[in-house]
Amino acid sequence: MNSGGFWAMGGYARFVWPCFVFVGGVLAWNLWAAWRSVALARLRANRALAMATLDRS
Amino acid sequence: MWTWFYRLASPPYVYRVAAVWMPWLLGGAAFAIGYGVIDGLGFAPPDYQQGDAFRIIYVHAPCAWLSLFAYTTMAVAGAIGLIWRIKMGHAVAAASAPIGASFTLGALVTGSLWGRPMWGTYWAWDPRLTSELILLFLYVGVMALRSAFDDANRGDRAAALLAIVGVVNVPIIHFSVVWWNSLHQGATVAKFGKSEMPGSMLWPLLAMLLGFMLFYGAVLCIRLRGEVLNRERQSAWVREAIGS
Repeated sequence: MNSGGFWAMGGYARFVWPCFVFVGGVLAWNLWAAWRSVALARLRANRALAMATLDRS
Repeated sequence: MWTWFYRLASPPYVYRVAAVWMPWLLGGAAFAIGYGVIDGLGFAPPDYQQGDAFRIIYVHAPCAWLSLFAYTTMAVAGAIGLIWRIKMGHAVAAASAPIGASFTLGALVTGSLWGRPMWGTYWAWDPRLTSELILLFLYVGVMALRSAFDDANRGDRAAALLAIVGVVNVPIIHFSVVWWNSLHQGATVAKFGKSEMPGSMLWPLLAMLLGFMLFYGAVLCIRLRGEVLNRERQSAWVREAIGS
């Protein structure tokens, strides 16, 4: 299959490529959202730790 | 075996093990998905009826499979949390919900884009499509219900109950193409003993299925660490882990 034929996907390019792009986006969003949830949880835990240290002092 | 099962109930153990497993799962997922995409898009032959549009199966089927697997995991974990009062059960259920919801949306969107050239329409109120849409609503309902309570324990219990009730939809989705007249084709991989698909088309699909499962495991590990931190932030071990 030549390069042009590959991108044309036998005339189905406007259906095939959006599917792969959308699912790529789903994978990327999952990673980003998961890392963000850990970062937020770490921030909250740090705040709780700081509050506990303040209370003790 | 039971010792290992009981260890999974310990938040510090889960927090530590999830960090160890995550890079391996993510690395395996990248390798399997990379192979599946290259082989599926570049080397698998076009289908004799569907042409190159059949390649959508390489992202659609793993999304659909994962939507059911993540929901079943969420329901089982919720049931463990509800019956044995194991907090990590609820944590796994909470971590699984957004992942499953996103892949259900992926299955619906890619199925819709495949349906347009094959069926002549983006959407039909077909049993498989409708039951998959209900699955998305169930995911959204479970997540909304969990966050609707000020008391996190009550939210966990309510969400687990809804997840368990909703699990009846999983076999309905799977068998809908058998039980009712459906536009949707029957199972492809389940029949591969009869060689419904040639190896050149099947291997990339199996690689994508494996890759998506490993990816789910990796993201679940990351989210689980966040859930554990959120739920245990007043505990001494979290202070030690964060403070160090």
